[in-house]
Amino acid sequence: MDGSTMIKAAQGSWTDVCAVEDIWPNTGVCALVNGMQIAVFRLVGADGERLFALDNRDPFSGANVLSRGLVGNLGERLVVASPIYKQHFDLATGECVEDAAVSIRSYPVRIADGRVWVAV
Amino acid sequence: TGSYPFVPPIPGKDRDACFVYRRIEDLEAMTQAGKRSKVGAVVGGGLLGLEAAKALQDMGLQTHVVEFAPRLMAVQVDDGGGRVLRRKIESLGVTVHTQKNTVEIVDGQSCRHKMKFADGSELETDMIVFSAGIRPRDELARACGLGVGPRGGIVIDNFCRTLDDDIYAIGECALWDGKIFGLVAPGYEMARVCAAHVAATLTPHASRFTPHEFLGADMSTKLKLMGVDVASFGDAHGATPGARAYVYSDERRQIYKKLVTSEDGKTLLGGVLVGDAEEYGTLLQMMLNKMELPPEPEFLILPSGEGKARPALGVDALPGAALICSCNFVTKDALCSAVAEGATTLGALKKCTAASTSCGGCAPLVTQILKAELKRRGVAVNNHICEHFPYSRQELYHLVRVGRIETFDELIAKHGKGLGCDICKPAAASIFASCWNEFVLKKDKAALQDTNDYFLANIQKDGTYSIVPRIAGGEITPDKLIVLGQVAKKYGLYTKITGGQRIDMFGAQVHQLPLIWKELVDAGFESGHAYGKAVRTVKSCVGSTWCRYGVQDSVSMALTIEHRYKGLRAPHKLKFAASGCTRECAEAQSKDVGVIATEKGWNLYVCGNGGMKPRHAELLAADLDDATLLRYIDRFLMFYIRTADRLQRTSVWRDNLEGGLDYLKDVIVHDKLGIGAELEAEMAQVIDTYACEWKKAIEDPETLKRFRTFVNSDAGDNNVVFVEERGQIRPATDEEKSSRFKGVAVVAEPA
Repeated sequence: MDGSTMIKAAQGSWTDVCAVEDIWPNTGVCALVNGMQIAVFRLVGADGERLFALDNRDPFSGANVLSRGLVGNLGERLVVASPIYKQHFDLATGECVEDAAVSIRSYPVRIADGRVWVAV
Repeated sequence: TGSYPFVPPIPGKDRDACFVYRRIEDLEAMTQAGKRSKVGAVVGGGLLGLEAAKALQDMGLQTHVVEFAPRLMAVQVDDGGGRVLRRKIESLGVTVHTQKNTVEIVDGQSCRHKMKFADGSELETDMIVFSAGIRPRDELARACGLGVGPRGGIVIDNFCRTLDDDIYAIGECALWDGKIFGLVAPGYEMARVCAAHVAATLTPHASRFTPHEFLGADMSTKLKLMGVDVASFGDAHGATPGARAYVYSDERRQIYKKLVTSEDGKTLLGGVLVGDAEEYGTLLQMMLNKMELPPEPEFLILPSGEGKARPALGVDALPGAALICSCNFVTKDALCSAVAEGATTLGALKKCTAASTSCGGCAPLVTQILKAELKRRGVAVNNHICEHFPYSRQELYHLVRVGRIETFDELIAKHGKGLGCDICKPAAASIFASCWNEFVLKKDKAALQDTNDYFLANIQKDGTYSIVPRIAGGEITPDKLIVLGQVAKKYGLYTKITGGQRIDMFGAQVHQLPLIWKELVDAGFESGHAYGKAVRTVKSCVGSTWCRYGVQDSVSMALTIEHRYKGLRAPHKLKFAASGCTRECAEAQSKDVGVIATEKGWNLYVCGNGGMKPRHAELLAADLDDATLLRYIDRFLMFYIRTADRLQRTSVWRDNLEGGLDYLKDVIVHDKLGIGAELEAEMAQVIDTYACEWKKAIEDPETLKRFRTFVNSDAGDNNVVFVEERGQIRPATDEEKSSRFKGVAVVAEPA
């Protein structure tokens, strides 16, 4: 797992949300953590596994749908596209690519013993 | 000093409600008078006069044009052109009086004025606008003793000098070779001549100011007068000794065209175009650049279409010095260098060269030059699907099919870069489905699907989904209708009849979808593919079985077609219809594929569309038997899937198809490319591998696992809230959601 997210992890407590295999490669799922909806994405590429966690709520539509968006890259940024109006959100930071004034929260996430843990 | 509008010295010309058409104050006064008037007359049937007539007509006045000469626009247009122009203007509701010499204006009986003409006739009108040409304002020159012409105008030489070498005159006050120029382009040219000469005189040793001479000006004009195109250029009247004329006149469509050529027929001297001035730019350039005419110059003005095509003037044939915009003196060279410096749109070219910013008549030509120059420079319009693939959708399709590529990983590894995105992933998934027709939720395919295809339902604004079972041809048994009602009731779904003769059920959450499908599949329903860029419905009328007018069984045909193509993935959704007779109750002519029964079989229509930009379908083939009909539809659909862009409906595809309908007929009906059998085989492969996606989804435990709202809980989304409206649910608004917690009743919680 990525070192930078470790540091942030201090802010929240870690929750085990699912097995890694519960998230199909290059898709997302939604986890309910302390009553909050967290979208967790699993990217699988030549360089191994990467996990990301964002708010599930799409700020443009107000619907809880981001876990159901398509993931990919725009230039250097890894993004998820909202399935409602197709805005892109940076998987690492939660910043909206189309409108930098809009951003959602990103959360630390890690894999341990084949399980996915999110810190909220 | 310019000019002033000429008002003929008629007794009564200074009466109230008599105007000239010149300054903004004149127009304001006219507007005021117009409110008190019913009838208006314009004296003068030239350019400005007709414009004034338009202004009067726009104010709602009964409008007359009174012209002294035997025809309208006597200077620019010949008799034939004048006749067509008159008929056009009159058809717009303006009465034209020619050869009328107004001798006096007196009090009218029914109107404010009565105009008396030399031939004894009269015209009553409430207001009069004089538009009888201009006269140079040369009082200053007269007072200074500079030479003026017999009918006014300050005499100038080829350098725009008056009789006093230190005084220049340009524009509408200047008389050159006995002529006054009342257009903007000659004025600009005089200014250039004058400025160069002044500069050269002041700094005689600086060679960069090379004085040039004013040698008359091109008085060519193209205008839209009251919606009628009128153009006149060069020697429009054939006054040059030995000149030949070619005339084309179409009295039904009210078009008149005339070309005047030199005696040997090799150069163009001038012409007149009324009703259709499309060729103006081309012809003007041919004349100005003395380009050699084709051996049969008449084809330049004859309608294209049947028989011989019109010889086009490729802009490449124009010399660099060709003056494209005569208003602002912009040459082809200037345009080309502007393109080279980065002006790659018409807007940018206009901005940096000023071409086409005055009269706009050269805009088509400027556009052609822009396109040709871009092409010459190898600037291709980028049709790459996205940043991950340097290919169009059509190219990707070929790569997939020819290379037998079956996965996205292989496709992007071989032909792309990066991880892909929400553009190329669904496009690739659609291509894989069109080619190989594997289950769209197979593990490696699922991650490519838009949420609709991923959950086999249509996402709505609140994140819930709607479900549309297939009701082929719109035919459904009462028992099945009851099942739909029961299922909708059990899961609290909102139901609505769709435009495609089906029933849409709204408000289901992800975790409810498999439960709902299970009940529907058990009752004999299958997926309607409303979520996919795929074949949706075949709408039908009841046909000859019941209808007393029907000539074929349109319901059976609709069922055959729908079951044949159901689920076929395509660049965009596909909607079909089948009508049982020519009354066309199924509205097949607004569909991608429409069949309409005839006494002898079926007429096949293609590429229609409703929606944002409606388009009538076109007849591809007539009176087909059932087998031929299906064969042509096979070929048509596969050809579309092969060649269309991503998310391009058949209507737009057809509009962009080079060769148009004839080409499409050649490919589909005449099999000119020899791909008919191949297209049919590709379609057969898709038809043979059809499987209901819902059924596959609920039978596969691995797939079922994904249909959960939360990966770690069986709960539903508490942000999905409904309220009741007209006896059904609808999504709650934000205000309603916030007041929910204050105790407002919520009728339907998700099951």
